[in-house]
Amino acid sequence: MQLSVNGNSYDVDVEDDMPLLWVLRDELGIHGPKYGCGIAQCGACTVHIDGESVRSCSYAVGDVDGEITTIEGLGTPDALHAVQQAWITHQVAQCGYCQSGQIMEAAAFLATNINPTDTDIDDAMSANLCRCGTYPRIRVAIKSAAATLRGA
Amino acid sequence: MGRIKTIARRTFLIGSAAIVGGVAFGYYAYKKPIANPLLDDLADGAAAITPYVLIDQNGITLITPRTDVGQGAYSVQAALIAEELDVRLNQVNVDPGTPSAAYYNGKVAFEGFPLAATDSSYIAQKGRIMGDVAGKLLGLQLTGGSSTVSDAYEKLRMAGAVARATLLAAAAQKTYIDVTDLKTRDGAVLFPDGSTISYLELAPVAATIEPVTEISLKPESEWRYLGKDMQRLDIVSKSTGTQSYGIDVVMDGMVFATVRTNPRRGDMISYDDTAAKNMRGVNNIVPITGGIGVIADNTWRAFQAAHAVEFNWGPAPYPKTTDDMWAVVGDSFTKKLQDSQFTDDGDVDEALAVADVLEAEYRIPYLAHAPLEPMTATVLLTDIRLDIWTATQIPRFMQANAAKLTGLDVDDVHIHVLMSGGSFGRRLEDDYVLQAVEIAQTIKGTPVKMTWQREQDMTHDFPRPMQMSRARGAVKDGQVDALDLGIAAQSVTASQIGRVGLPVAGPDMMIVAGAWDQPFSIPNYRVTGFRVPEMVPVSSWRSVGASGNGFLHDCFLDELIHVAGADPLEERIRLCWHEPSRKVLEAVGEMSNWGSKMGPNRGRGVAFTLSFGVPVAEVIEVTNTADGIRIDKAYVAAEVGRVMDPVNFDNQVQGGLIWGLSHAIYGALTFDDGMPEQDNYDTYEVMRMYQTPEIIVRGLENSDQIRGIGEPPVPPAAPALANAIFATTGKRIRELPLIKHIDFV
Repeated sequence: MQLSVNGNSYDVDVEDDMPLLWVLRDELGIHGPKYGCGIAQCGACTVHIDGESVRSCSYAVGDVDGEITTIEGLGTPDALHAVQQAWITHQVAQCGYCQSGQIMEAAAFLATNINPTDTDIDDAMSANLCRCGTYPRIRVAIKSAAATLRGA
Repeated sequence: MGRIKTIARRTFLIGSAAIVGGVAFGYYAYKKPIANPLLDDLADGAAAITPYVLIDQNGITLITPRTDVGQGAYSVQAALIAEELDVRLNQVNVDPGTPSAAYYNGKVAFEGFPLAATDSSYIAQKGRIMGDVAGKLLGLQLTGGSSTVSDAYEKLRMAGAVARATLLAAAAQKTYIDVTDLKTRDGAVLFPDGSTISYLELAPVAATIEPVTEISLKPESEWRYLGKDMQRLDIVSKSTGTQSYGIDVVMDGMVFATVRTNPRRGDMISYDDTAAKNMRGVNNIVPITGGIGVIADNTWRAFQAAHAVEFNWGPAPYPKTTDDMWAVVGDSFTKKLQDSQFTDDGDVDEALAVADVLEAEYRIPYLAHAPLEPMTATVLLTDIRLDIWTATQIPRFMQANAAKLTGLDVDDVHIHVLMSGGSFGRRLEDDYVLQAVEIAQTIKGTPVKMTWQREQDMTHDFPRPMQMSRARGAVKDGQVDALDLGIAAQSVTASQIGRVGLPVAGPDMMIVAGAWDQPFSIPNYRVTGFRVPEMVPVSSWRSVGASGNGFLHDCFLDELIHVAGADPLEERIRLCWHEPSRKVLEAVGEMSNWGSKMGPNRGRGVAFTLSFGVPVAEVIEVTNTADGIRIDKAYVAAEVGRVMDPVNFDNQVQGGLIWGLSHAIYGALTFDDGMPEQDNYDTYEVMRMYQTPEIIVRGLENSDQIRGIGEPPVPPAAPALANAIFATTGKRIRELPLIKHIDFV
């Protein structure tokens, strides 16, 4: 099976029903997406398929039909995405384990709405859980990233 | 072995520096230096001036032995060393080091002694020193009890200062310039002519001289890092998906594994793996203690095979249902099971004999830790050594237990501590690691990465105990006059410390922590702990005993204040005899504009808990909407002596409050047929962003006690919310989770 991840093409020999998360992590060694619940309840595994956020723990690899982007493909320490920059500026992370998923969710959301209200942010982000309780900083960072994306 | 190493082996430790600073202890075993573990593998020309500073060909490495479970422990430990060593944090490496007795925690053990944090008497001071002695004798390298900062505050600054003074002496010896003419700046020694020599260049000389222990610490006014906003060392990696956690370990030839063990915590009677062992990618299915391990070529395939195994589980060694367990807890308020009564002021019996007595029973459930990264460990076992890569708060206990399991010497067990995706106390246990070792015993020479499924994690936690309180109280002349609080709980200390193999004797202060030690001068005041017999094995959960007792103590106090007709904040302030505590109450009152009008269907509640030596007051404002309670705003004032990093302080306080609210609203681990009824986040719900209020935080610095902030914001959250609900709706909820009794939006 052919997969395109972060602009690279991979040939993988796996069952169609293997969740995309485990193809990325254990077959391709791409570890940014995290395992948290396995049932699409926490969002730690969030990646993009053609720019839309999906829960890779519950998305069968056989159903993938598009370009996959993980946090490693969103931006790097040397070339940060605006959302990652905002996460650093506002020091969002504590344990950080959910943050790859939070950042991917926020990036997909801001790609469709660069002028979000507080309610928009809450609606977009409430399916991603954080046990450390970084929600207040995530809110601030999203507003800051939105301003950057607007060129404000 | 070269000369440098032999000389350096004289092991000048921070203990010696502490004696110069005026602290001397009269115990030989305690005074005896512990070998500096950095010297074991030291290359010629490298210097390990203290167990916390290593200078070699890789540069300057600061050793930060307290585990980072998200609370920022690595960053604050590094900052404490760097402040005195005079290095920039972006020019050093930070490493948790090798587990060693040298890295004992001198503060956490004292929580086991019945000394209130507000007690500054001779006996209390002596007891705290005993805590340090116990920690050192036991080689207690443990991260917990919000003790990292209080334990490290002097120790790591002294480590940095000793290293800096020794590097200065090395520069003086090398150049014949008097040491008083030398200065340091950002990892180099500065000469009078403006030239510099780096610490790296000085390391070979520094390694040949005796560490300088005649040092003094910088005054706070000269601090460059401490007390100022810092950038966490891991913030870039954690914002770019490049931070490696325990679950991300990769090794050549590694196989993937998972386990399934009895959800009733009993034996496995039999299992049938006929279907499972023929599934794709499955290498082997092996029996382990209480269940099986699956070894496969991919974690998901291991998960699938584990599901396909059929089991005949043995019965639970505890009551089958939550109702049965409540009966055991309720039957524990007896003289025979009385565990402690360290607060007994006035004459409670007489005060309650004459007055109208208010009586109430409160209940709080078992709670899971459920950190987002499930338990995981990577193990490589050969005939001669064992290597374990995992996130843990107890590396040395784990090392000893793994040695016992494999029959290897402790010195042949090597623990590599990794970054943790949360813990909240869960990684104070090593059950998951020992399971991985059991699997590795069947496949020696091959590295095994074992990952728990979330369902295994939630159903095999060592939860926070369920607790019940029975309270009686009375008021007189508009004031609280008597409070008699009995608390029944399993002993976390006996359950947890018993598992790591240490003896436990005497009362367990955790049964009454956050209740017996509150700084209120109620005329007739009694707090009694009752020890519930062991049921589900329990463990430390963020803020431990205080996590539940904050609710049990403060809500009942709130009830009495309302009966007295007094103002909830004013009466707490009036009753409070401890000045730093009173100041947090006053601060939160000012921050929240306490007493101002709030409009229809709105109200506020206040709560206070002193835990881990940190007084915290919280005010929560709610609105009673047509669809349920909405939490609008929260205010927190906390006293830690000195805020090390205002950014992380703010983050920890907000996170602690959210943790407390989340479990107050939703958290419960209930049992049926001996098994937990919640096994993932769909049934063990947690607070989401849309429910999170705006949170305003203030750190106070009125005390001379330097304290940690990881846990203390948790205990007042539940009572502040419950008290706000009462103030708004008139409904007094005496059982958690609140969602059982009222809706939330």
